Amino acid sequence: MTKSTLLFVLVLLCLVAYRFGCHRSMQVASGRIKNLHSLPGYYGFFVALWCGVPAVILLLCWLMFEGAVINHLVIASLPDELRNQPPEQLGLIINDVRNVVGGRETSTASPAIQQAATEYLRLRSLSDALLAALALSVAVIGGLIAGWRIQPLLRARNKVEGASMLFLIACSLVAIFTTVGIVFSVLFESIRFFQLVPITEFLFGTEWSPQMAIRADQVGSSGAFGAVPLFTGTLLISAIAMAVAVPIGLLSAIYLAEYATPRVRAIGKPLLEILAGVPTVVYGFFAALTVAPFVRDAAQALGLQASSESALAAGLVMGVMIIPFVSSLSDDFINAVPQSLRDGAYALGATQSETIRNVVIPAALPGIVGGILLAVSRAIGETMIVVMAAGLAANLTVNPLQAVTTVTTQIVTLLVGDQEFDSPKTLAAFALGLVLFLATLALNIIAMHIVRKYREQYE
Amino acid sequence: MNNEATQVLPRRTADVVSASLRRRHAAERRFRLYGLISIGAGILMLIILLVSIFGKGYRAFSQTYVGLDVHFDPAVVDPDGRRSQDALATADYDALLKRSLGELFPEVTERQDKRALHRLVSAGASYTVRDEVLAHPELVGGASRIWVAAGPDVDMLEKGYVDRDAAEAERRMKDRELAWVDKLKAEGRLERRFNVKFFTAGDSRDPEQAGIWGALMGSLYTVLVTLVLSLPIGVAAAIYLEEFAPRNHWVDFIEVNINNLAAVPSIVFGLLGLAVFINFFGVPRSSPLVGGLVLTLMTLPVIIIAARSALKAVPPSIREAAMGVGASPMQTVFHHVVPLAMPGMLTGAIIGMSRALGESAPLLMIGMVAFIVDIPHSVFDPATVLPVQIYLWADSPERGFVERTSAAILVLLAFLILMNGTAVYLRRRFERRW
Repeated sequence: MTKSTLLFVLVLLCLVAYRFGCHRSMQVASGRIKNLHSLPGYYGFFVALWCGVPAVILLLCWLMFEGAVINHLVIASLPDELRNQPPEQLGLIINDVRNVVGGRETSTASPAIQQAATEYLRLRSLSDALLAALALSVAVIGGLIAGWRIQPLLRARNKVEGASMLFLIACSLVAIFTTVGIVFSVLFESIRFFQLVPITEFLFGTEWSPQMAIRADQVGSSGAFGAVPLFTGTLLISAIAMAVAVPIGLLSAIYLAEYATPRVRAIGKPLLEILAGVPTVVYGFFAALTVAPFVRDAAQALGLQASSESALAAGLVMGVMIIPFVSSLSDDFINAVPQSLRDGAYALGATQSETIRNVVIPAALPGIVGGILLAVSRAIGETMIVVMAAGLAANLTVNPLQAVTTVTTQIVTLLVGDQEFDSPKTLAAFALGLVLFLATLALNIIAMHIVRKYREQYE
Repeated sequence: MNNEATQVLPRRTADVVSASLRRRHAAERRFRLYGLISIGAGILMLIILLVSIFGKGYRAFSQTYVGLDVHFDPAVVDPDGRRSQDALATADYDALLKRSLGELFPEVTERQDKRALHRLVSAGASYTVRDEVLAHPELVGGASRIWVAAGPDVDMLEKGYVDRDAAEAERRMKDRELAWVDKLKAEGRLERRFNVKFFTAGDSRDPEQAGIWGALMGSLYTVLVTLVLSLPIGVAAAIYLEEFAPRNHWVDFIEVNINNLAAVPSIVFGLLGLAVFINFFGVPRSSPLVGGLVLTLMTLPVIIIAARSALKAVPPSIREAAMGVGASPMQTVFHHVVPLAMPGMLTGAIIGMSRALGESAPLLMIGMVAFIVDIPHSVFDPATVLPVQIYLWADSPERGFVERTSAAILVLLAFLILMNGTAVYLRRRFERRW
């Protein structure tokens, strides 16, 4: 029985268990619900939970360890000259075996591998059969025990509700597990990277060329991991993006919140928000194919040197992407400023624009600044636009017409494709990921702090 | 001097104000104008973006076909004369196509010219002929006009991308090739048809053979995994936090984590998926399963935040009434509050899903950029998704892929508009004011 069939059978068993529980509760209550502590449905759920949950837990544990155990047994079954090899070689052999099992390369495999594949298949079907037998018996026994425990005074509702509460709590813990997972996955690999490359070189070095040589005597075999050009490139593009997004976003928000008639607002706001819903890969394509050549031609018309992939093109498009982010956040904060403040300013004879500039904006400023910081963190973490339009050359420059590279671009180029998992080249991507995570985390915390601490409370 | 100064001094405030009024009103108008210009700029960008992509992409929905009179020579198609499907399936249909092209242009004899001639039809054209023969075995021995996809250069010429007036050395198609195409056209052997292949084929190295069906199925499976995992988990987490959680440090910590995860760059989720799901748990690389897992973690905060505000919008009186007739807290929430909050939760889920559908950066990390021709049939098969397919095609140098990229973007945008439209409709339809 394959695992998906097993899962299906388990679901069916749970349904049967539910019916059994309902039926049995009515039986022990001699057919009258008022004799029961809970409604019959709760007894049904009670039995179904006892039937399904232990079996599913068993299934998950089995899945976690099955691969490792089977690999071990297959290796043990190999002939001696294949078995007594370093772990990497054994990994390759296992890979070959899997390929044969998957039917991908049957012709080239040696007889020993063929035999191992047969063994692998045998073990896998054995494991499936064993799992099915165990899981089904656990399910049936659990269901029967629960059914046997049903009595009129059994507090089934409380037990089922307790189980549901556990599920709710577990789901809300997923966020914590995700954060822990992120921190650990980038931290461990980064520590391995910093054992190979000193952290000072990474943070302060000005040379970035992560190519690793295939032969030891090749030119540039060591690779250089100074990330300063990446940081400046990221900041340059983010600065250009913010220079586009902040004025346009802020002024649009002011107009929409203060001047616009309800009709204009109802049309303008969603239109601007479409910009936020366009996938970033579309912006990347637009930047690479339309904006970058335009920027290059415009610069050449002005007699300037520009490369075909420039920080300016990527930054401009990224700015457009961030406009709705700035505008909708600012809009919220401007709307939160109470009308009495505006009325006070009008009473003193201020025009509407004077009121906005001298009263509304200062009052909304903490919120706006927080929103802008969040937008900056989004710009720093944006990937597709810069991957497609900013280039790969790690130039240490502030000239927006040159190609620069960014942290996210380098993570993508280092990790796309097949790599071994212990070279500094691959590990560098995780170190960059750590920097990225910490930088955006710091920005988010500062933004939240500003919003919370300096936000005016009006009542 | 003194005299003049004393004359100015007794000016009334009203005079000062009226003197500056014109300036202040001008400033007012300018400020208003800046706002209008900004909104206009934003909307203009949107229009430029859409128009430029539509302008590049709409032509990919059609494809040029060449009609060739193919003689199904039994000696080539069915050498042993048994009409077996195997023999028919493996015959050398390229030779047939070359022969019919040769008959059309008998003057072409040079080896190099012949190769150029054969490029008039797509590299995959022989499969069209094969399928035709397999479907109608009675064709063997006879002759018939078969419409096959034109080669990329002919297609580009027909769609107007090739400048006929440019010097011969500067364009891809030489004069003699143009002459061939003109002759085909004059004989009515060139036709633009709706590009069915674009919607039914998987990826390919040849633009005229490449389609989005594989990526579309990959996207479907990935979003399905994301939906199945993130909707129940997100809603459950929101219910706990909004309805049951005590106010303590632990719960605060969970909330800070959720808000923070909503702002973590998406590519970091890709690193997480690579390190944890692929390297640690051994989930198959490039599969919709691992893509869905990563996107689940990414969309969870969005869903949780939306679901919480939907729950918050349900007035306390509903809860009090349920408690009043003796419902337990759990029954109150599941029988009364959640059904009322459901439309809001679904809207949030749809918005989360549409974001997941358009996401590509984390999927690059977990191997969904692989070149995959096959259509995935389950969540374990290697697959790519629509945004990543767009990224892959955008990198291809052939002119034919540019229009295909834009067309794929149009398809993606159509899906996003559909999803967001549904969300807006749900919000309008089920919105309740208490």
